[in-house]
Amino acid sequence: MLSRTADHLYWMSRYTERAENLARMLDVNCRMTLLRQEEDVVRRRWTSTLATVGQLEPFLAAHGVVTQASAIDWISFERSNPGSIDQCLDRARDNAHAVRGTLTSETWETLNATWLEIRRFRRDTVSSQAPGDFFEWVKFRSHLARGVIQGTMLQDDALEFTLLGTYLERADNTARILDARFEFLAPEAAKSDDAGDYYEWSALLRSVSAFEIYRKVYRDLITPRRVAELLILREAMPRSLRHCMSRVQQTLVRVANLHSAETQRRAGEIHATLQYGRIEDALEEGLRNYLSGFLERTSDLGARIARDFLVSEATA
Amino acid sequence: MYADDATVRPHYSPYAEWLAETPGDRILEKRAEADTLFRRAGITFAVYGDETGTERLIPFDIVPRIIPAGEWSGLQRGLRQRVTALNAFLHDVYHDQEILKAGLIPPEQVLCNVQYRPEMQGLNLPMDVYAHIAGIDLVRAGAGEYYVLEDNLRVPSGVSYMLEDRKAMMRLFPELFARYSVAPVEHYPDLLLETLRAVAPGGVRDPTVVLLTPGAHNSAYFEHAFLAQQMGIELVEGQDLFVDDEVVYMRTTQGPQRVDVIYRRIDDDFLDPLAFRPDSMLGVPGLLAAYRAGRVAISNAVGTGIADDKSTYPYVPEMIRFYLGEEPILANVPTWILRRPEDLAHVLAHLDELVVKEVHGAGGYGMLIGPRASRAEIEAFRERIIADPARYIAQPTLALSACPTFVESGLAPRHVDLRPFVLSGRDIVMVPGGLTRVALRDGSLVVNSSQGGGTKDTWVLAC
Repeated sequence: MLSRTADHLYWMSRYTERAENLARMLDVNCRMTLLRQEEDVVRRRWTSTLATVGQLEPFLAAHGVVTQASAIDWISFERSNPGSIDQCLDRARDNAHAVRGTLTSETWETLNATWLEIRRFRRDTVSSQAPGDFFEWVKFRSHLARGVIQGTMLQDDALEFTLLGTYLERADNTARILDARFEFLAPEAAKSDDAGDYYEWSALLRSVSAFEIYRKVYRDLITPRRVAELLILREAMPRSLRHCMSRVQQTLVRVANLHSAETQRRAGEIHATLQYGRIEDALEEGLRNYLSGFLERTSDLGARIARDFLVSEATA
Repeated sequence: MYADDATVRPHYSPYAEWLAETPGDRILEKRAEADTLFRRAGITFAVYGDETGTERLIPFDIVPRIIPAGEWSGLQRGLRQRVTALNAFLHDVYHDQEILKAGLIPPEQVLCNVQYRPEMQGLNLPMDVYAHIAGIDLVRAGAGEYYVLEDNLRVPSGVSYMLEDRKAMMRLFPELFARYSVAPVEHYPDLLLETLRAVAPGGVRDPTVVLLTPGAHNSAYFEHAFLAQQMGIELVEGQDLFVDDEVVYMRTTQGPQRVDVIYRRIDDDFLDPLAFRPDSMLGVPGLLAAYRAGRVAISNAVGTGIADDKSTYPYVPEMIRFYLGEEPILANVPTWILRRPEDLAHVLAHLDELVVKEVHGAGGYGMLIGPRASRAEIEAFRERIIADPARYIAQPTLALSACPTFVESGLAPRHVDLRPFVLSGRDIVMVPGGLTRVALRDGSLVVNSSQGGGTKDTWVLAC
């Protein structure tokens, strides 16, 4: 298939996935502030969220002070913020528009309808009163897009590059969500089996749709060690780093070309580390260290995929 | 829809009956539904020079334009004849120029025209066909005869609306299709693909066909994507193609892949920065050399503009007689050629009655509609004509037929035209019907989508 087409498909699904994960992150924060509303805790939480998504500096430049409403508005709707949900959906739709002929009409219409419908939400009401509905809607539209893609698209390279974008983005986002949470945890506490703050951890699990899964897998108290294991090393957990990298690796095998051997090797290496790794070692190394190493390697992989298959001027 | 005495023409009477039986609310509902259908599917076009509405819906009218079977079969014969002659003319102009030697068209009129491409001189094309896809604009006037308003032989557009309008009508009003036996148009993409494959360079067994678009910001991008998808071919931009040793390749995730036929939707000027406009970012360097070497087919051929130029148009009936030895079946609109002094004098004396068009203009831009223009507009145009008469032609305003159309105030007559799409490859084929465009403003004669025109589904009756 055309390299440019592959590039648009890849970014279409990356931006869709990114919008979904932003909504997940915001959602968990809102839930948490329902439990603890002290001003400095709330501010710290939102400051950390803005930092996690790499938007703290531009936010401070625009707003000065972090408040819940302004942070939600910034990450959800701010048009001047290229990383906002609104802008992600906009770019997802732009990329889809550029290759609408390659997509099934259902896929294109789903992304186009999402882009049209976001205007239905009133910015001021969403950020100050009922953000939950908006986040649900973003997640729902992303689920719908993924379902339509998998349910209607021919299983050829177009689908492969679409899924490649989804899983690489998800791996990156899950790692960032985990990283943000462990920022507040002393390394010793992370290693212990102490239940700690039940609500914090259950909120984190819920943000990646893993609360029920956790119960099913461990049938035990929620501990940071197990949360980390579930979200990093569990193959069967669809948002875990291992699951995502396993899909990325398999896809790269299927779309391999004459230049892509090294990219394929590196993906295999990242996956093998997850497949044969132990959570104890990751915790020993320090989870934040471990995760930032992972983020570096996946970002390198993204750059290599762009060079081997896509158009070089792609920007994240 | 109506005859002179305001009675319903027979082929519209089942529709009129249906309309009378159907409650007004339901019609309103259906109109809203049509709007949603088109918006969700993103069937839009871009308007140049309009910042606010960069993506607009083309208004779709739910009242079909109905053409009886007999009327269509006459049209079809006329279209076939005209397109055959136009292709013969193109071949002649780029080879022996017999028609110029015979003195039927002034040679400078052709050879000094910017649409004439010397690069094409002496080049042989598969089956001698130049305009593989032709959109012929027709209007019905007076007692029911059709006139050709203009020939579109470069990159005629609008066929996607023809197909989407039909799809929408079948979805919105299935019951109407039970009352009428409407000839199908849905196989157009198959005919187009067959035509494109047929014109591949000799010796290519299973040609790779691509559609070359200027990109997502082009006004007709929806159509480009739509046709590529319907034909199952790649939609490429200039940057996706490159030429190596006079062979055209596209860049794919698996490396370079050879391209045999390019259905281009960009103008000659932008095709190849090495051969035409050096500042073109849309084209492919070296494409013309590959084309001249016979390694790739370009559809429509380079240089077809010389045959659809408005200054060439008045000579088409002569072409039909000259190449085919037949009388034209479809009439031209009487046209004054302002490079002729006697025509110029007549037109300048009657500017308030006539339509004056720029010969290279398209899309309804740069024209004067005398009866609707103000004194000042006419005088301003007069100066432009006197400054460069050869740039203009003039035509009478025809008593165009109108078709009932839903507007703010309800059902009202609006002027329509018809653009059938004629495909020339191994054979000349077309689907019954075409794109009906409607001028939505009261009394307006301009149907171009860029000027606020809309579209209607066109029903050619099967019997």
